[in-house]
Amino acid sequence: MNGYAGTILRVNLTTSEIRKEPLDEKVARDFLGGRGLGIYYLWTEVPKGADPLGPENKLVASTGPLSGLLVPGAGKMDWACKSPLTGGYAGASVGGHLTAEIKYAGYDAIIFEGISPKPVYLFIDDDRVELRDASDLWGKGSITTEEILKKRLGEEFQIATIGPGGENLVKYACITHDFGRQAGRGGVGAVMGAKKVKAVAVRGSKTIPVADPERFWELAHAMFRACKEAEGLGPWQRYGTTIVTSWCDEVGALPTRNFQQGSFEQGPNLYGQVMRERIVITDKGCFACPSPCGKYSYTKKHGVFVEGPEYETIALVGSNCALGDIEDVAYGNYLCDELGIDSISAGNAVAFAMECYERGLLTPEDTGGLDLRFGNAQAAFALLEKIARREGLGNLLAEGVKVASQRIGQGSEEFAVQVKGMEQSGYETHNATAMLLAYMTADVGAHHNRAWAITYDLQVGRDRVAPEKVARVILLQHIRPLFDSMGACRLQWVELGIDVTQYAPMMAAVTGIERSWEDLLKISERTWNLTRMYWIREVEGFGRTWDYPAPRFYKHPSTGGPTKGQLTPFEAVQQLLDMYYEQRGWDKNGIPTPEKLAELGLTELVR
Amino acid sequence: MRLYADSSKCSGCKACLLACAFSHFRENNIRKAALAIVPHFPSPGKYEVRVCTQCGECAKVCPVDAIPQNDKGAYYIDPELCIACDACIDACPEHVIFKIPGRDQPFECDLCGECVNFCGMNVLSIAE
Repeated sequence: MNGYAGTILRVNLTTSEIRKEPLDEKVARDFLGGRGLGIYYLWTEVPKGADPLGPENKLVASTGPLSGLLVPGAGKMDWACKSPLTGGYAGASVGGHLTAEIKYAGYDAIIFEGISPKPVYLFIDDDRVELRDASDLWGKGSITTEEILKKRLGEEFQIATIGPGGENLVKYACITHDFGRQAGRGGVGAVMGAKKVKAVAVRGSKTIPVADPERFWELAHAMFRACKEAEGLGPWQRYGTTIVTSWCDEVGALPTRNFQQGSFEQGPNLYGQVMRERIVITDKGCFACPSPCGKYSYTKKHGVFVEGPEYETIALVGSNCALGDIEDVAYGNYLCDELGIDSISAGNAVAFAMECYERGLLTPEDTGGLDLRFGNAQAAFALLEKIARREGLGNLLAEGVKVASQRIGQGSEEFAVQVKGMEQSGYETHNATAMLLAYMTADVGAHHNRAWAITYDLQVGRDRVAPEKVARVILLQHIRPLFDSMGACRLQWVELGIDVTQYAPMMAAVTGIERSWEDLLKISERTWNLTRMYWIREVEGFGRTWDYPAPRFYKHPSTGGPTKGQLTPFEAVQQLLDMYYEQRGWDKNGIPTPEKLAELGLTELVR
Repeated sequence: MRLYADSSKCSGCKACLLACAFSHFRENNIRKAALAIVPHFPSPGKYEVRVCTQCGECAKVCPVDAIPQNDKGAYYIDPELCIACDACIDACPEHVIFKIPGRDQPFECDLCGECVNFCGMNVLSIAE
C-alpha cells in the first residue's frame, strides 16, 4: 500500500500477546490515517460504556500516509482513546520524530489493549517487538525517562513516555516525546498510565513506498520551495507560536486571571521577542519541518532546560495565572513536561483554584497552606506538583475544572472554563464569536486545534453572528483534522500561507489514489460526524447543552483590556448553534441526521 | 568544492537526510543518507550536523581504488568496484560514510546539493 507501512501492531497488555495485522485498505481509503484511524478503531473496537481507565478502553497511536515522507511538516501523529477527562472522544496530536520512526519500523498504527500486570515499555526495532519491564522507570519524570531510554537503547530510538501524572491517572495527563513535545489533551497519558505502559521506544530502517516517485519528487521540491520563499518564514522561524503572544495581548485575546479578561498588564514581559532574547538557546523542529515552531530554552533563574514555552503554555500557565516573568512560565512548563500533565488543562486548573481562593471559596486550609493568589509563582509550582501526585487540593484539581467546580460549588461552575469537560486553550472569547463557536463545537472539548478562528473574528467583526462565520468554523474543522489524518502539520498552511490544495496532488503521488482537495475534505467530514456519533453513543443525554460555552463568556463581562465590559449574550450562543447545526446537517439537538450519515457513507458503520 | 554545515542553525528536522536518500535512491528513508544529525538533548540542547569534508581519507584506504572523484571533485564509491570491505567507513573522520539498509556497499556524499535545497534553516551550503 503506497504511503502506508501496511501493518497494524496490536499489543494486548493483559496477555502480553503482540499481533501484526494488515491495514484494511478500505479503512485507509475512507479514513486516511492518524486522526481518522483513531476514531474508526474507537468506534468499532471499544465497547459502548467502557471505563476510560479500564481494560476495555484502547489507546490508538496512528500515523498518516504523509508521515515520515519528504513533505513539509510530515512529523505528526495522533493518539486516540475514550477520554477519562470528558467521557467522550480524545484525540491528541503530537509532532516530533516518533511518527516517522513508527512507519520506518513498518507500522501505521499501534493499538494498546488491556492492562499490564506490571509496568512495561514497548520496544520496537523493525520487526522485533517486545514488552519490557519498566519497574525501574516507574515514578520517574517524562524527560528523565526519555534520557535514560536513549542512553540505554541508542540515540536513533524515538521515545514517548508518561510521567507521574500519567501514572497517577491525572485526568489530563499527557504523553511526552522528544524532550518536550506532547500528545497533550484529553488524558491520553492517563490511559497509558492505567495500562501500565511507561514508554514506547521505536526505531525503524524500512522505506515507505510512494506510488509515483518522480511526481512526488517534483511536488516535494515545489512545497519546500514555497515554504522557503514564504514571507512569513523568517519571523516564524525566530519566534514560533510565541509570535502571537503580543498580538493576543494587544487585541484582548490573551487569557488573563482565569479568562476574566484578554489583556495582561505584565504581558509584555512574556512576549516572544523577550523570550527569544532571554532564554531561547536553539530552534527545535519536528520531522521534515522547514519552519520549526519549537524553541528550546534554558532558564538561569530556575536552572532547567525546557522545550518552549509555546504560546499556549505562556497563555495558560503565564497570563492566566498572572505569572509575569517568562522564566517562571518556562519553569512551570518544565514542571508540566517532567510531571507529564497537559500545560493547557493544568494552567486552567491552577487559575481556577486561584480565582476560588481569591473569592474565598477555597481557604488556606483547603490549599494546604498555599497562598494561591494570582501571580504567586511559587504557589503555582507547588500546586502543579500536588496535581501530578494527587496530593491534597491537587487530587481534586486532577479531575479537571468541571468536576472540581461541581465539588466546590458556590457558583464556581460559572468560571470553570471548559466545554464538554475539557479546559479551554489560549484564546479569551468574551467577544469573538467564531472562536467561541470553535471551542463550543470542537470534537474533543474546548481546544483550538480543530478551528483557529480568532483572526477571522478580528477580520469580520468580533461580535458578528452570521452564517459566513459559522461556515468558516466548519471549513476549518474539516481542514485542520484533515492534516491530522494525513499525518502532516497544518502550520505551513496557517503560518506560511502555503496553498492548501497542493496537498491533493501530493496525496495522489503518495497513495496512487487520485482525489481532489474537496474529496479529502469530505473524508474529514466523515471523521467529524463519526466522532459526533461517538459522543452520542458514550455520553448519556449528549446533545445541544454539551456544546454550551463556559458561562464566564455569556454571564460575566470581561474585566479589562480591549474587550472590557463585553460578553457574548446567551441568545447569540443559541443562534450560533442553530446556524451551525443547520449547516452541518444536524438536527436542533446537534444530532447528525440519517440523511447526513448516508451522504457520508456512515449508515452501516453507525447502525 | 565541499559541503559545509553551520550546526548552530540546525533544528534537527532531518529534511536533508530525506532529500539525500530520495535523490540517490528514490526512497523515503532517513537511514539512507550521507550526512548525519546528532541531537544533544536535554542538555546542552543543540544539534550537531556531520557532513563529508571531501578530505579523501576514504579513497586513501580503499584497497581496490573504488573511490574516485566526480566532476565536482566529490569522492564517490563506485558500486561496481566496491568489495564492501567497509575500510572507508572506519577511516572516515566525520563518520558520514554509511552502510545503508538493503545494500552491501557503503555510500557517501557526491555533492548533488539536494540537502541544501530542502534545508529550511540555511544550515547547509556548498562552496570551495
